Amino acid sequence: MFSFCSDPSTLEGLRWLSCYLTTVKHANLYIAVGTVLLLLAITAPAALAFGFGGAMAARSRIWPLSWVGKGYIAIVRGVPDIAFFLFFVIALDQIFEVIRHKVKCPDWPDEIWQGSDFVVCQAAKLPLGNSPQWVHDAYGFFLAVLTFAIVFGAFAANVLYGAMRAVPRAQIETAEAYGMSRRQSFWRILVPQMWVYALPGLSNLWMVLTKATPLLFLLGVEDIVYWARELGGTALPRFTDYPHGDWRMWYFLALLVFYLGLTKVSEVALERLMVRLSHGQATTGGEAQRRAGA
Amino acid sequence: MSCWQTVQDYALRSLGYGERLLPREGYTLCEHFTLIGSGMIWNVYFGAIALFAGFFLATVVALGKGARNPLIRKPSEWFIFIFRGSPLFIQFFFAYFLFLSLKSVSPFFDAFTSAWLGALIVLFLNTAAYSGEIFYGALRSIPKGDVEAADAYGFSGWRRFRKIVWPTMLRLAWPAYTNEAIFLFHSTTLVFFSGFPAWQQRGDALYYANYFADKTFNPFVPYPILAGYFILLTLVVIALFGLVNRRLNRHLPQEARRGLRLRLNVIR
Amino acid sequence: MKKLLVSTAAFAMMAGMAMAQDVVRLGTEGAYPPWNFINDAGQVDGFERELGDELCKRAELNCEWVTNDWDSIIPNLVSGNYDAIIAGMSITDERDQVIDFTQNYTPPDPSAYLGMSEDVDLAGGVIAAQTGTIQAGYVAESGATLLEFATPEETIAAVRNGEADAVLADKSYLAPIAQEDPDLMFVGDDVPLGGGVGMGVRESDGELRATFDAAIQSMKDDGSLNAMIEKWEVSSTFE
Repeated sequence: MFSFCSDPSTLEGLRWLSCYLTTVKHANLYIAVGTVLLLLAITAPAALAFGFGGAMAARSRIWPLSWVGKGYIAIVRGVPDIAFFLFFVIALDQIFEVIRHKVKCPDWPDEIWQGSDFVVCQAAKLPLGNSPQWVHDAYGFFLAVLTFAIVFGAFAANVLYGAMRAVPRAQIETAEAYGMSRRQSFWRILVPQMWVYALPGLSNLWMVLTKATPLLFLLGVEDIVYWARELGGTALPRFTDYPHGDWRMWYFLALLVFYLGLTKVSEVALERLMVRLSHGQATTGGEAQRRAGA
Repeated sequence: MSCWQTVQDYALRSLGYGERLLPREGYTLCEHFTLIGSGMIWNVYFGAIALFAGFFLATVVALGKGARNPLIRKPSEWFIFIFRGSPLFIQFFFAYFLFLSLKSVSPFFDAFTSAWLGALIVLFLNTAAYSGEIFYGALRSIPKGDVEAADAYGFSGWRRFRKIVWPTMLRLAWPAYTNEAIFLFHSTTLVFFSGFPAWQQRGDALYYANYFADKTFNPFVPYPILAGYFILLTLVVIALFGLVNRRLNRHLPQEARRGLRLRLNVIR
Repeated sequence: MKKLLVSTAAFAMMAGMAMAQDVVRLGTEGAYPPWNFINDAGQVDGFERELGDELCKRAELNCEWVTNDWDSIIPNLVSGNYDAIIAGMSITDERDQVIDFTQNYTPPDPSAYLGMSEDVDLAGGVIAAQTGTIQAGYVAESGATLLEFATPEETIAAVRNGEADAVLADKSYLAPIAQEDPDLMFVGDDVPLGGGVGMGVRESDGELRATFDAAIQSMKDDGSLNAMIEKWEVSSTFE
């Protein structure tokens, strides 16, 4: 990166460190930080959408739908996320490819599962075999987001399901008294009010979600823990210009700081959100705000 | 080889009893179920003991965080922040490192690098921090009237805490605490996966599921079996915690009890 | 006219297939020097990088490198996320049941024990190995106390800090480490394990396997493979 980095073996101290920390390999670590943050930013609303769908299904009056919703919540919540990640991504990928295979190559003569092999026609491959590497990466990232969203969606569904039931019954009754239909009272009364009840649970879930990102490497995304291990491991002079011993401790220390920082920022942001949401609500928090304002 | 024979050979394999060598060919469904089930012993062991011990520390930490004296409050706050703010993955890594270096100081620490003790301590501290935060939240929302009533009855100090504050705190915290228990049992799968080495192929359920996936190269059999075991475990945990919840709320009128049940889902 | 159309269509189809086939994705671990590792420039490097590139050149294939976790390297090959594994993978019967191997590109090479002192009890002591390797299986059967770690790095660290008496791994992986660290030394006799290292391909991909087989054979014949093995010091050479 810097001009004086051309011969690292002559460098010492800070200059050596500045060269060491700016190798392309380290850039991968910095990119991974961005990847993790991006994943969190996409997964959170996606999981919320899954959660909302799940909760709506679970409280549906049509029993097969409510059965599906409740089953989704119970099963996915019951399984440790690692166990889920270890087989779910491959399964998801195969499901997509089978569907595309059925659509794109309807008269393919061979079996899809040949012994232990999983073979679909070239046109059904996801992504296509000849697409550039970044498409593969993006697809892997998409699968990871989807898996995270499905897993954490189940927890979010559980929280939202509880929050919908926590909205005081009187509020709905009033809506009905005004002649609103079930659908109207759901969208106009229940949904706007449930967030304040859901927020403590959702913020907790967000904290758990951020702590689950070290498992990303199981989903084929090279995350910060992967690179910290890779960069921190003993580097022999034969294989690098910057040899060092087992430095994993320092890299993990940096990760620790990163996660603690993320937690702190989240706590502050969520606290502010709670204050905003409580505004004008029929809860203790909302009541306190009203009094303070009056 | 009959399935019963397999059960006899491998049911206690995770503790080191029975057949010394793991299955090396065939890999029947029966072997899958037996060995992964055998590994569940460790998951239950880690989860149950950490939860039980963590409960007491959590109470102390929650009171500490609510204390006025900064000398008590600050350490409690930091303890909760650090353990809630970092992934368990990283906590295991540092704990193993720490125990290793302590080991060179004194032979007293020899056992700490083994999963049965070292990982247990990490899980214990981790759950204490998470539960501590839940209890702290509950402490803050104890109705003022309850405490005033206790004062009026002349309760003070330890008796007020034991008879009024503590039971109310538990009642309020119980739904969220149930979820924490579920999460803790799930976290126990990380012990051998990333943190601590497995001795003599004695590992937890995930370790054996991983073993089979490694040998058969088919992840679609062992991991769903593991998932099935955990769904069962989760149901048991929910049932047991439900029983305690009933007991905690036994004095409330029927209607109010139902109200609390509904709130079970609010947190997490 | 009709004939021409048909042949154009056929040509277009073939070209399409050739294009789709052209990119061959090579899966590797990227954490096992000198076989494969990520260099300072963030690229896959090492013996297998050089070998793979040369094989692809000879077979006139357009190859791309992909890194994948060791644990799921075979399931991901089987489900088609890349087309070949080139990751220092020893040819074993177990693996051969699920995937196919090309002919070996390094001869069967010994594993070795690395320890802190000469008088380690290899039969009854504590031996570290990476989970899921043939060495771990061997130690479990040998009667020694097996201590399993997720990465090779941790197995070496375990010997350094006294958790394990010795580590069993490929000799080529241990040799540069032993060279660097005066405290570590090879202990006992070498252990012959596995049937050499080969590339893994899907069982249904006979054509690709034949292509790589021929390329490896041509490198064996003209001696360039031996030269590469010597350059990277990964194993003994072919006779």
